Amino acid sequence: MAQKKMKPVDVAIVGFGWTGAIMAKEMTEAGLSVVALERGVYRDTYPDGAYPKTIDELDYQQRFKLFQNIAKSSFTFRRKMADTAIPYRQIAMFKPGEGVGGAGLHWSGCHWRILPEELRMRSHYEERYGKKFIPQDMTLQDWGVSYEELEPFFDFGEKMMGTSGTAYRVGGKVINDRGNPFEADRSDAFPLPAQKEQYQSALFRKAAEEAGFHPFALPSANASAPYVNQYGCQMGPCTFCGFCSGYACYNYSKASPNVNILPALRLTRLFELRTECNVLRIELDDSKKKATGVTYIDGRGDTVFQPAGIVIASTFAYNNARLFLLSGIGKPYDPVSGSGVVGRNVAFQMMATVNAFFEPGKNINGFIGAGGNGVAIDDFNGDHFDHGPLGFVGGSPIWSNPAGSKPISGIAVPPGTPKWGRQWKSAVRDSYLNTMSFDAHGANMVYRDVYVDLDPTYKDAFGQPLLRFTFDWKDNDIRMSRYVTEQATKIARNLNPKAINVTVKQIGDAPDLRSYQTTHWAGGVAMGMDPGTSVLNRYLQSWDVHNVFAVGSGVFAQGIGYNPTGAAVALAYWSARAIRENYLKDPRPLVDA
Amino acid sequence: MKKISISANRRSFLRGAITAAPAAALALAAVPAMRGQAQGAAPYKPSFFSQEEFTLLSAMADTLIPADETGPGAIEAGVPEFIDAQMNTPYGRGQLWYMQGPFDRDAPAVFGYQLPYPPADLYRKSLAGFSAAIRQQYGKDFPALAQAQRIEAITDLEKGSLKMGEIPAAAFFTQLLQNVREGYFCDPADGGNKGMLSWKMIGFPGARADYFDWVEQYGKKYPLPPVSRG
Repeated sequence: MAQKKMKPVDVAIVGFGWTGAIMAKEMTEAGLSVVALERGVYRDTYPDGAYPKTIDELDYQQRFKLFQNIAKSSFTFRRKMADTAIPYRQIAMFKPGEGVGGAGLHWSGCHWRILPEELRMRSHYEERYGKKFIPQDMTLQDWGVSYEELEPFFDFGEKMMGTSGTAYRVGGKVINDRGNPFEADRSDAFPLPAQKEQYQSALFRKAAEEAGFHPFALPSANASAPYVNQYGCQMGPCTFCGFCSGYACYNYSKASPNVNILPALRLTRLFELRTECNVLRIELDDSKKKATGVTYIDGRGDTVFQPAGIVIASTFAYNNARLFLLSGIGKPYDPVSGSGVVGRNVAFQMMATVNAFFEPGKNINGFIGAGGNGVAIDDFNGDHFDHGPLGFVGGSPIWSNPAGSKPISGIAVPPGTPKWGRQWKSAVRDSYLNTMSFDAHGANMVYRDVYVDLDPTYKDAFGQPLLRFTFDWKDNDIRMSRYVTEQATKIARNLNPKAINVTVKQIGDAPDLRSYQTTHWAGGVAMGMDPGTSVLNRYLQSWDVHNVFAVGSGVFAQGIGYNPTGAAVALAYWSARAIRENYLKDPRPLVDA
Repeated sequence: MKKISISANRRSFLRGAITAAPAAALALAAVPAMRGQAQGAAPYKPSFFSQEEFTLLSAMADTLIPADETGPGAIEAGVPEFIDAQMNTPYGRGQLWYMQGPFDRDAPAVFGYQLPYPPADLYRKSLAGFSAAIRQQYGKDFPALAQAQRIEAITDLEKGSLKMGEIPAAAFFTQLLQNVREGYFCDPADGGNKGMLSWKMIGFPGARADYFDWVEQYGKKYPLPPVSRG
C-alpha cells in the first residue's frame, strides 16, 4: 500500500451529509479551499434515484441499498458496563447511512426546529420544578446556545430546504391559528405552504381537535410547490409516491444535500469531493493542540495524508465520537469516575406506535405518502404540559405521518393475528388499505452509564475498533413514553376503529436490536459551556484542538423530542458563522476554557 | 367447511416440483390433490438448492402462505424461486451482514442474529436439520404430511420448540418467514410476486408512485391496477 501526501487545503471535511455539505458551502463562500472526504460512493438523484428503478422496496428497504454496508463496519451493544458487547450484525434497530448525501439522501424530510427549553434543559427544569426533580444519574446540561441565537439559522435552513409548513407566530404576532401554538417565535414563515393532507392525517387532525389538543401540519422538507432556494438549486412538488424514507427522491422534491447544496458547490473550483475515502483519524501536531490534517484510506487501498488548516468532523451522529477517540482528541469519558467527555451523553429516542384498524372499504390508502408529511400535536412535547405531578423529565410529539406503507414491511394487522397462514393472509388483505398509525417519537434523556467508547474485540474492515454502545432504556423515559402514548390512544379511540394496537415499552424492557425504532442518535461529542462536561464549546469547536470543529447531531447535549436534522443544520450554520466572522481573523479558542 | 381452491398455476408448479423430485421427496405424490396430474410446463430448476431442499422449501412456503379464497399462495407467487435466486446474491452470501467473530450464540434474542452463517449456509443447515427432525417425529417427510400436521410442525418451528440440530428453530423461522414475505410482496422484477397477484389482493398499486391528484380523495378506492418497476 502506497503512502501518499496530498496538496494542503484550507479545510478538510470528514463526511458529506447535510452538515458536511453546509460547512463546505459556507467555507468556500469564505474563499477557503475545501476537500470533502466521503467514505461511501458517489450518489445523486440521477442515476441513483431514477424512476422507476428506485421504486423498489426489496432493494432499498430490505437490502439497504443506500445504507451503510455493515459488513465493513458496524457497532457493538451492551446494556450494562459489566456486560460483553454483542455486534449489531443486521441493520434493523437504526439505519446508518453512507455515500454522498449521507442520511440526508434517504431521510424522510421531517424538518423541525428545537424547543427553546431543550437547549437549556437542566436550567429550565430546575427553575420550574426544583433541583431535586432531575434524577441524580441523569446528566442533563445546557447546550450553551439559545434559541434566539439559533433562530436566524433555523430560518436559513428552512429556506435552503424549501420546507413546507404552517407558521403560527412570526415576529411575535399570530399569523395562522392552524400552526403549532407551542412553537417558539419565528422571524419568518416557512418558504412553502404546508403539503396536502393524506386521509389519515385529516382523521388525526379531527380526532385530536375533538380531544382538545392542537393539531398542525408537520414541517416537511418535501416541497409542496416548485421552489428555488437561495443557492439557486431547484425542487419540484412532491407527488406523494410513498417511497421516501430509505429512498433517493426521483422527483427532486425531498430536500437533500445532493439536490439543495451540491449543484451550487459544483460551481466553485474551491471545492473538491472525494468519495470512497475512509478517514482513519485526524492528525495532531506534537503539542496535541493543533490538527495538521487527516489520514484516510482511498478506494484503491492507499493510505493518504491530507494536510489541512481546519478539520471539520461531520460524520453521522455517534461517528464523530469514534473519530475523536481514534484521533486522541479530548479525554475519553469514564463512567465510573464520571470524568472525561468524549462518548458521554449519548441518547436515542423513545418510539411508540398506535395502529387503528377499520373495516374494509374505509380506504385510508396508506400507500399514498410523503416522508415529512402529516399532522402532529405538540401538547405533550418538551415542557408544554405540567410534569410536576407526573414525575418524569421529557416529552414527545404525537403524529400521523403517512410516509407510504409498503407491503413487505408495512402491513400492520390487528392484535392477536398470527404471523402466517390463512388467518394472517386475510388480515393483511383487510388491513392494508384500512389502517392508520400514529407515532410518539419522544426524547431520550442522558444518563451517567449510557455512553460510547471503542470496542476491545470487534474491528472494521480497516482494522479499527468498532464503536461500542453501553445503552439501556431507563424508567423515566419509559414512563414518559407510556404517558404520551395514552394520549395518542385517546385520539385513536375517538375514531371508533374496529381494533387498536399499541406498541409501547414496558418498564425493564431491553433495547431490541431487531426492530426499527428510529435512526436519531444524539451526543457523544456534546457541546456546552464547561470543558468538564462537554467536548465542544458553544461554537462547536473542540476545547482541546482549536482548529477542529464537529457538526451533526453528535454535538447535541441530550436527545430531543423532534427529529434532529433541523437542529443539526441550524447548529452547523451557527458554527460556520463563528468560523467565518471570528475564527478566520484570529485562529484561537473562541471560548476561554 | 369451505373448499380451498387451487389455481391452475399452483397445480402446475407443484406438479413440476414432484416430477423433478428425487426419490426421497416423492412422498409428496401421496397428497391427494396432486395425484395423477397431466404433464404441464417445464419445472423450475433451482440454482442454489438441491431438488430435495427445494421441494421441502416449497412445502414450507406453501404452509406459511397457502392458496385460498383470499388470494394467491406462496407457490403461485413464485416465493421458492425467489428465495433460491436470493441465495446467489451478496445478501445470500452474507455480504450485507457484519460477520466477524467471535460469535456469541447464547446472546439474548434482542441482540438479533448471532450465528456465523450467511443466509445460504443457514438455509442449507436448517433444511437438513428440519427435515431430519420431522422424519423422526412424524415418520414422514414434511411435504408428505397432511395440512394439519404441517401447520403443527411450522408452529413448533416458530415457537422454537422443534429440536433440529445445530440451528435454533426460531432463528431459521425468522429468516424463512422474512424471505417468504419478501418473495410474496416484492416487485416482480425482483423475482417473486408473479403476476403481481399479492399486490392485487391487498390493493397496492406498486410502482405507480404519483398520487398528487389522489391525496385528498378521502375514502375512495384507487382505481388503477398495480404496475411493476420492471
